[in-house]
Amino acid sequence: MERVEVQRSGGIWRYAAPAAFYPLAGKLAPWFFALAIVLTVVGLYIGFFVAPTDFQQGESYRIIFIHVPAAWMSMFLYLIMAFWCGVGLVFNTRLSFMMASALAPTGALMTFIALWTGSFWGRPTWGTWWEWDARMTSELILLFLYIGFMSLHAAIDEVRRADRAAALLALVGVINVPIIYYSVKWWNTLHQGASVSVTAGSKMAPLMLQGMLIMSLAAWMYCIAVALMRVRAIIVEREAGAAWLNEAVA
Amino acid sequence: MTATAFWTLLKRDLLLALRRRADVLTTFFFFVIVVSLFPLGVGPESDLLRSIAPGVIWVAALLASMLGLNRLFASDFADGTLEQMLLTPAPLGVLVLAKVLAHWLVAELPLVMVAPLLGLQLDISTEVVKVMWVTLLLGTPTLSLLGAIGAALTLGVRGGGPLLSLLVLPLCVPVLIFGAGAASAVAAGQDVQAHLSLLTGFLLCALVLAPVGAAAALRIALD
Amino acid sequence: MNWGSAQAFFDMGGYGLYVWGSYGMTALGILLEFYLVRRRRRMAEAQSHRRQLLDEDNT
Repeated sequence: MERVEVQRSGGIWRYAAPAAFYPLAGKLAPWFFALAIVLTVVGLYIGFFVAPTDFQQGESYRIIFIHVPAAWMSMFLYLIMAFWCGVGLVFNTRLSFMMASALAPTGALMTFIALWTGSFWGRPTWGTWWEWDARMTSELILLFLYIGFMSLHAAIDEVRRADRAAALLALVGVINVPIIYYSVKWWNTLHQGASVSVTAGSKMAPLMLQGMLIMSLAAWMYCIAVALMRVRAIIVEREAGAAWLNEAVA
Repeated sequence: MTATAFWTLLKRDLLLALRRRADVLTTFFFFVIVVSLFPLGVGPESDLLRSIAPGVIWVAALLASMLGLNRLFASDFADGTLEQMLLTPAPLGVLVLAKVLAHWLVAELPLVMVAPLLGLQLDISTEVVKVMWVTLLLGTPTLSLLGAIGAALTLGVRGGGPLLSLLVLPLCVPVLIFGAGAASAVAAGQDVQAHLSLLTGFLLCALVLAPVGAAAALRIALD
Repeated sequence: MNWGSAQAFFDMGGYGLYVWGSYGMTALGILLEFYLVRRRRRMAEAQSHRRQLLDEDNT
């Protein structure tokens, strides 16, 4: 692949250098955490104390305030991760790869939470701990994609090669995700007829929707905060010994 | 010039593979053994076996392909031939295609040819066997092409084989779904046009895109 | 307010296990992640510090 060297110095491009991004991330992260906490409190307050009991599912539906945000984040984070991988491969910027590596574990956690909460929601609603419906199965495969990304990166000793190989894998993955999703959806309708997933068929009261949206925002804030924290750790790991770092960390 | 490179490489790889028959045969027997394990695992009741057979054979084929793909670039990498390939004027994607084709002919075509026998062993009807055979014929090249990307990414990396499988198996899910699904559809008396069209579509896309991806991965591995 | 008493809240209409099992695992995951990232950063800083000392020794 052709390497395009981008030389920009002023304005926002300054932050493409790890040395400049490190303090910025350090200043921003606490704010995002604070926002996450505030939004979570508000969201869960609405979710537990304002939103009414669901007509069909009783109190068990309250799991959606975590399940849906986690599922959305698991997908968004993969897309953003793949985006940074693409940027890194085209522009050869170190920080892009670091950002992708920073996002992966959080994405995997979100996927795991989506699966766990989906399972705990499915059990009282549908009777089984696991339902091979389109969303759950696709979510499971997404988890494998995250794990694959992290495993490949961890298995290659030379950092530059690890970054670029994992980046290519992420791009191949992101192209395949829609294909996988639609294949699984089709497979599911074939084998189980009109099988309904846990999120379908329930009409959401406005308050439930509100709570869910606020929790989704909270999830976004949390993920950004953790990613900023983690990228700082990665910057320190990789730039160990650099002069600017010694001053910043001393 | 590119065509010559393609045929030369194809012939070379076939020749090398024939000299190392042992590698190829182990993959073949792995496939056969894995299929035989399922009746031992789930019981010999023929109705059950008949219903799971196409899926079992497909999964076994999938696993067997993953096994063999490790070797795709390994020996060329070890003796420096791969670096030479990067330097030739012929597009790397074309060379990858030649290697994958050689690999498929030697390692996977035998699986495809023996699958009907295994199908009969699991008591599938001839209707279903025919469809299963066609899906394997269309699907296994796609698996090889996807696997080539994985093989290039994991070149010389610790944890090679299992890591390759971990990376590539999720990508193979659509092929598996429509490949095995076609056989089930026939067993249920449904039409399989859609399945076969999709499998062909996957194959065509893989033929064009996978060599590009694998070439990029090789460059990343060798830079 | 939806809940008559604290007991009713924990009970979640009989679905307590599922609701709290979900929220509990989520909280656990988040706390674990937070802790692991902090630890990663601390270890990286310690490593960097050691490198710095080594470099100083060598100059």
